Amino acid sequence: MISAYFIHLLILIGIYLILAISLQLSVGFTGLLNLGHIAFYCVGAYASALLALNGFPFWIYFLAAGFLAMIFGFLLSIPTKKLKGDYLALATLGFSFVIYAVALNWTGLTRGPLGLPGIPRPTLFGFTFSDNVSFLILTFIIVLISYLIIKKITISPFGKVLEATRDDELATRVLGKNTFKMKSISLATSAFFAGLAGSLYASYITFIDPSSFTLLQLIPVLCIVIIGGLASLKGTIIATIILVLLPEPLRFIGFPSSIVGPARQIIYGLILLLILVYRPKGFYGKVELE
Amino acid sequence: MLEIKNLKKYFGGVKAVDNCSFEVKPKTITALIGPNGAGKSTVFNLVSGILKADSGKIIFSGADITKAKPEKISNLGISRLFQQTKLFNNLTVKENLLLALDNEDTKFWKNLFSLNKLSKEKETKIKEMLNLIGMEKFESTLTRDLSYGQKRLIELLRTILNPHKFLMVDEPVAGVNPKLREVIAKILEKLKNQGETILLIEHDMNFTLNVADWVIVMEKGKVIAQGKPEEIRNNPRVLEAYLGE
Repeated sequence: MISAYFIHLLILIGIYLILAISLQLSVGFTGLLNLGHIAFYCVGAYASALLALNGFPFWIYFLAAGFLAMIFGFLLSIPTKKLKGDYLALATLGFSFVIYAVALNWTGLTRGPLGLPGIPRPTLFGFTFSDNVSFLILTFIIVLISYLIIKKITISPFGKVLEATRDDELATRVLGKNTFKMKSISLATSAFFAGLAGSLYASYITFIDPSSFTLLQLIPVLCIVIIGGLASLKGTIIATIILVLLPEPLRFIGFPSSIVGPARQIIYGLILLLILVYRPKGFYGKVELE
Repeated sequence: MLEIKNLKKYFGGVKAVDNCSFEVKPKTITALIGPNGAGKSTVFNLVSGILKADSGKIIFSGADITKAKPEKISNLGISRLFQQTKLFNNLTVKENLLLALDNEDTKFWKNLFSLNKLSKEKETKIKEMLNLIGMEKFESTLTRDLSYGQKRLIELLRTILNPHKFLMVDEPVAGVNPKLREVIAKILEKLKNQGETILLIEHDMNFTLNVADWVIVMEKGKVIAQGKPEEIRNNPRVLEAYLGE
């Protein structure tokens, strides 16, 4: 029983890890205050669920989830190309609300608030990941691949151009770099991995509805990115583990779930506040918040 | 090399650049001087594409670049040093300099598959440049940890390393100590001897008149005089604009 619970937590950590390191790519490394991440996660989850329910194989709906989210990421980068800081945050937040509204109201496709039940567990080469242990292994492999790709991007010269864009976009342009292209690629790549996380989430829980993709779901991921430290993947991993596990003891103290939910938000808010006061760069942040 | 024709840029009622025309000849150091607010930096911003002109034309090596974007202008061969330091503060000195060398680093797949390896030539080039200014020890230092003068030097190196046919240098020695000032003057001298074309803005008259071959004087957005340094030094109109006599 306890081990099943821990496996569940590890899978959740895995899904959050993909979300957080991909958000770190756009927020920490490129300096795009992107609040649209949860929308990419939503697009990925719905794309994956709908394709899976229509009998497509795992590798198709899993990759389709990533690519569709990536297209949305790229499209979002076009109208927001000249926006920075708070303005970009507002525009991408607006995008999150639009995607949420579509998921809620396009009932012909998404069944709206009723959600999509009965999403099948992934099947690969005839093997179905029906029990949680095998699903954990699948999650671990996907997390590892996602991490290695994002790590590779950030340490490569390409990643240095992203960081240069974050530090001083005008100076980067004057060195002859097309920063619009850089920001688009960063946002689209970040969205791709959020889409993959969405697909994993839908196949794991086997049910999705729009309530899983609200701003409230974005807050923990954003907290992880800031607490772990901007532009630090190591910090992000540590923060993900801590933030997913921290509210869990509340369940054992006997609080009803109606309290545990809001209490999580309070805990995240409190940690964020403490970190910003005592350690403004987060655990391992390279970049100072401005 | 660079030709500016009837360039105009107004900010509301302020005529920052007003019908300004001049030319920069190849293989010369041309200095743009004038009192504060004369429009020198605005001209720089117009040439490098950061601001868009209201009217007029900017021709570089025969191409009209009046409406071009900063990155395109840079890739055509204009490299520019800003008046305020614009280093990438969270990157190291070496990373800052490497960014200037080429644009291979903007290619996603090439970098993802490690096909953009750091070559020996690039490494040596950076080392040589740092040796030139005696800053080889600072290769791995984050630029935010450097002193103001060091930042200025690194930024000047970055501007020079950016492939170019034409250099624009905005106040390279402002706020820099006399020793570093000499280093920067030597670098400019060396560049001139290598046959580079440079457009320079500098407030320090002695510095400017010593290094420049040609001087253009601006006041209130207009060119009020131009000539060789010795002519400009004794031009009554220039003295009046500068000293307010």
